[in-house]
Amino acid sequence: MGYLDWLIAVPAVGALAVPFISLPEERRNLVRGFGLAISLVELVLAAVVGIKFNPHATGYQFVTNVHWIGSFGVSWFLGADGITLVLILLTALLFVIAMFAMKGVKDFRAYVGWMLLLEAACMGSFTSLDLFAFFVFFELTLIPSYFLIADFGMGASGRAAVKFFVYTFAGSALLLVGIVSLVFIHDSETHHLTFSLPALMNTHLSGTTQLLLFLAFTAAFAVKTPIFPFHTWSPDAYRAAPIPAVVMLAGVMAKLGSYGIIRFDLELFPSTARSLAWLMLTLAVIGILYGAVVAAGERDLGRLVAYSSLSHMGFIVLGIFAFTTEGMSGSILQMVNHGIYTAALFLFLGMIYERRGTLDVGKLGGLQKRAPIFAAMFMLVVMASVGLPGLNGFVGEFLILLGTFITHRWWAVAAVAGVVASAVYMLWAYQRAFHRSQADAPPFGEIRLKEALLVAPLLALIVLLGVYPAPLLSRIGPTASSVVQHVLAAKAPGAAAASLPAVVKGVK
Amino acid sequence: MIFANVLSQLPIALPAISYRAVAPELVLFGGALLILLVSATTGRKEHPGLYRAIALAAAVVEGGFSGYQLYLAQGAKASLAVAGSIAYDGFSAFAGIVVAAVLILGILIGPGFVQRIAGDGPEYLVLVLVSAMGALVMAQGEDLIVIFIGLEILSIALYVLVGYRIGDGLAREAAFKYFILGGFSSAIFLYGTALVYGATGSTNLAKIANFLSVNVLVHNGVLLFGLALLLLGFGFKVSAVPFHLWSPDVYQGAPTSVTGYMAAMAKVGAFAALIRVFDVAFGSQITLWRPIVVGLAILSMLFGALFALRQRELKKILAYSSINHAGFILLGVYAGTAAAISNTLFYLVAYAVIVVGTFGLVSIIQDSLGVVEGSCSLDQLRGLARSRPALATVTAIMVLAQAGAPFTTGFLAKFSIIVSVVEIREYWIAVVAMISAAIAVAFYLRIVLAMFRGEQEQEVEGERVLAIQGAATEIPGRRPALAWIGVSLSLLFTIGFGVFPQPLLDLAARAHIIG
Repeated sequence: MGYLDWLIAVPAVGALAVPFISLPEERRNLVRGFGLAISLVELVLAAVVGIKFNPHATGYQFVTNVHWIGSFGVSWFLGADGITLVLILLTALLFVIAMFAMKGVKDFRAYVGWMLLLEAACMGSFTSLDLFAFFVFFELTLIPSYFLIADFGMGASGRAAVKFFVYTFAGSALLLVGIVSLVFIHDSETHHLTFSLPALMNTHLSGTTQLLLFLAFTAAFAVKTPIFPFHTWSPDAYRAAPIPAVVMLAGVMAKLGSYGIIRFDLELFPSTARSLAWLMLTLAVIGILYGAVVAAGERDLGRLVAYSSLSHMGFIVLGIFAFTTEGMSGSILQMVNHGIYTAALFLFLGMIYERRGTLDVGKLGGLQKRAPIFAAMFMLVVMASVGLPGLNGFVGEFLILLGTFITHRWWAVAAVAGVVASAVYMLWAYQRAFHRSQADAPPFGEIRLKEALLVAPLLALIVLLGVYPAPLLSRIGPTASSVVQHVLAAKAPGAAAASLPAVVKGVK
Repeated sequence: MIFANVLSQLPIALPAISYRAVAPELVLFGGALLILLVSATTGRKEHPGLYRAIALAAAVVEGGFSGYQLYLAQGAKASLAVAGSIAYDGFSAFAGIVVAAVLILGILIGPGFVQRIAGDGPEYLVLVLVSAMGALVMAQGEDLIVIFIGLEILSIALYVLVGYRIGDGLAREAAFKYFILGGFSSAIFLYGTALVYGATGSTNLAKIANFLSVNVLVHNGVLLFGLALLLLGFGFKVSAVPFHLWSPDVYQGAPTSVTGYMAAMAKVGAFAALIRVFDVAFGSQITLWRPIVVGLAILSMLFGALFALRQRELKKILAYSSINHAGFILLGVYAGTAAAISNTLFYLVAYAVIVVGTFGLVSIIQDSLGVVEGSCSLDQLRGLARSRPALATVTAIMVLAQAGAPFTTGFLAKFSIIVSVVEIREYWIAVVAMISAAIAVAFYLRIVLAMFRGEQEQEVEGERVLAIQGAATEIPGRRPALAWIGVSLSLLFTIGFGVFPQPLLDLAARAHIIG
């Protein structure tokens, strides 16, 4: 078994083992220790993959390829390139933190079990190069996240969980039909029934077919990311889910969507991706601006961060569809960055909620006086999310805007407005919650050592990746440029891309 | 001796009977007779353990024999027997295995409850064995009349099983409805058979196919009408929309442990016969029946999912869910290629095992709540995850498997149907099917949600819940060890073949239809 197999197998086996752990009443919390141990092992494994990864090679590394379901031509085909690598690292890190972050659960068994299953499913989705296996893992993420939201969530979490599940499932339904159609078109051309991505990349598709397949694939990824206007599940789900689950939802699972766009939409349907770039860019910009406007009007910090997340995911999509190496690298890097600072933001919100029982900015206020260290750390994360130079959010956003400006000037200009707006609403919210003086406010405890240790790795990464992003960028670069090359080199089928010669010329 | 003499006097030519071809039926029927015999000859004391052992042995032998036949049927061994009215091929052998699987689960899960209301008598097991035999006859029937006989054997046994709790109003209604509408649909089926006979001059599937391939009917009105009536009869049996109206009430009123068995066995028999009739006899007329089948399939999938959303009664929800499943299976019939038929069989076995397991779990839940196995409202499930976590988790897995969760046979079943539909390039139908699956997820999740959440809502609705539980007749709990074994087997099957489906797919791929 290769490293990637272990990455999936370790949490999966852990999740299966959890129901069989039976402990006496007073030692129930040992299950949590088990979960932590597994997720730490996973982090070490991911780190080993990161060290052994050859940053100069293009193509997939750590490949495993064995037959799985012969009748359908399905194989167990795993591999990693630069995008996969950074997302694996992010996933492994955030799961460790989410394991530590859970509190107030009577019996940790269900929680640890679902978390480990979710981790296995995420790892599987990021590493699968077989479309069937990818789809299976992509779907599998829904079940544990549904239970995490519904079971441990706050308020009307049941409804939010169902909404989340049905929305994403509806998207995946189209994805499944798209995958199977593509496979059979490939089969009728080559008489080779296979779900493997590299083989399917050579399928010859007519313009209309490619367009329909692109839309079917994108439906699933757009819901997951979320891209405007498929985002309506996300504020409810983010608000209702328990904090560790939101860390996973916003930090890791949202990246499944943008990852899917790069890995499958662009690789399989490059010329349609190019001819529909205007649509995706426009949706991305609308998402950026709409998310910012709604976030500015939100009084609830949880929903505010959810909408700001919509806005920031818009940037990632923008960078992807700019089709420049800078934009692509920026987007991939920003996936990691966004995961890190959003996770940190939600962890802080969790601490505020724990102390005050509310996230309504109107009911908060003057927190900075009572908890200056807390406020300072929170401020750092807010700055990262706003994109302050020197912190990690800036690097990705800058590269995205640069890359977009080269090929799609006006979209970049519109997106800059989103950057400004994000500074406005984030700082305004911070100011209202932390600085506005409030008479007879209940006490607000300073950050505790445990809590500080929980967020410390994230804060360290925010600064480190802001100052020195090269280790990640050098590994992302080759993959990003090969994807962009692949898209730009694709011949247009028929007249589909004839409407956008200017774009292509502009790039060259 | 006298009998043989009399027969030889009569102008009837008895066909040679191949006992090997009908051995599965004989084993089950023999088992049923043996149980009755033991019960009748051993005095007043009943021996439920012995009956059950005999029934299980019969089911296992039948399954083993079908497996052996499937192995043999690979080569040129597939043949027609008993004057061409019984088919002996890979398809019937596979159906035999499915029947055995459902039967074993039914024997393990069912009797516990029935024993409490009907005593230790042998009736339940005899009825179950006989109905399974009816399903086998349907799967093997190569003649419309034989299929009709199988249909009646299966149905009559099921009518009785549904009406077990005759003292209860809902159960009476269910049995009566099932009986009247079932009899009605059987009559329609028979009328269809007569019309097909009128149009083609035979009720034998192979001869019909032969006639239709040699002759072109100038006026095919009679054939069309006959085809439509046959489809209508089958549509009733598999509860496809718009012939589904009986099924929610019947599911609700029947004893829970019987409902799963009934749902699975009726579908296995009816779909096996449906596939054989339309593939063999009317394969050349595919353009005539295809639009009807796809219409039934789409209506069943969409309305099954949509109607279930409005229900608050667990067994009615599951009834609509099985209408949704019937739509998927019909899509496989619609696709009609050899690979599609294998995939349809795969769906059928996956569905049958899941549905028996699910109703078995509902029966265990009702047992643990101390209520009668009648109607079960979603409110009764509230807080189950807190009081019985293992039970709730297993139920959730089975319900999610029905919804098509990955790494279960439920997912692969839906996947294989989508594959079949896409293979004949009907992309939009595949999209519609998946949309119906997405709608269906919503009500499956409501069931799961009811179990895993609801402590808070329970406080609000506490009085109502208490009222429901108080109204239910208290029945002393039993120890459902055997039911648990049955449920575990179906869980094992669902997840085991969900992760490694290749062996099962290989088996289904061997299930060729002769002719």
